[in-house]
Amino acid sequence: MKTIGHDFISGARDSLPILLGVVPFAMICSVVAVSVGLTPFEAIGMNLIVFAGASQLAVLQLMGEGTVWLVMVLTAWVINLRFTMYSATLAPYLQKEPLHRKAPFAYMLSDQAFGVTMSRFANEVPANPAWYFSGSAAMIWITWNASAVVGALLGTLVPESWGLDFAFPLSFMALMFAALKDRPAVIAALVGGLSAILAKGLPYNLGLVLAALLGIGAGVLAENISNKKTGAVTQ
Amino acid sequence: MNGLSIWLLFIALALGTFALRFSFIYLFGKVDMPDWLRRALRFVPASVLAALVFPALTYPNGALDLSLGNVRLLAGLGGALVAWKTKNVLWTIAVGMILLWILQVFL
Repeated sequence: MKTIGHDFISGARDSLPILLGVVPFAMICSVVAVSVGLTPFEAIGMNLIVFAGASQLAVLQLMGEGTVWLVMVLTAWVINLRFTMYSATLAPYLQKEPLHRKAPFAYMLSDQAFGVTMSRFANEVPANPAWYFSGSAAMIWITWNASAVVGALLGTLVPESWGLDFAFPLSFMALMFAALKDRPAVIAALVGGLSAILAKGLPYNLGLVLAALLGIGAGVLAENISNKKTGAVTQ
Repeated sequence: MNGLSIWLLFIALALGTFALRFSFIYLFGKVDMPDWLRRALRFVPASVLAALVFPALTYPNGALDLSLGNVRLLAGLGGALVAWKTKNVLWTIAVGMILLWILQVFL
């Protein structure tokens, strides 16, 4: 039986490669915040308490356009609906933990921590899965907020022409390919990705959520069809 | 926006986002997850990650661009090849970023 500390460190260590995507994206979230008129302190505070980059960028863009408060809040919530799916997927692994640990673990839940954790669990579930997850989540949280501080202080010094935000889709791409374990998963990714392109024009970034749901539906459907063909019993 | 309304906005964003993150972690065991939901969740990573990646490559400046002049699409396809072969985040970012910078010089 491996110790709690071992699994925590193992989660943190497995997250090291993805930090290359986390650092520039967190910095960009701060740089953009300062560029739309927030103080460095406000930019750092936003990263610290919201800690959800994609929704922050959407809100900052809307803020720069002078959008009403309610639309900004709803936009962020809609973009972050995906966290309920992550939450449900991780829930069985966190059940042994008391509420005072579940709450901070949930607060630290990020796309990257979810991706790292689930790609590990797909191969082998560690003895203390909650601590593996929290090791990954804590490593990403610390790196994110440290980078956000640097970004807020550097402000507009980082030239936009470097395109460092491109590290974001690149890191998700590697995690996506790791998740493509069988044909139904490939179909889920293709339908999710292509619908996201088609639905990009929908207001409030609703297209992302809609596309994700369509992709999931396509995956389930593909799995049903392949189960019928092989006569396998549905689990 | 003044200072106070900005902090109220951040608090609203933070509370809603925390509620979404905490939702099923908290409800697990109190509300049984239906079987169809459990089966559907298996496809969440592949579908959501693809839905984040595809538009990021095809809408480089907020407008759909499938032409050869879209450096992010070209660099992204190169990165996808590395991601597919290696499943490694580090290599995917390294190759993708270098391709982007090279293409930006030439296109």
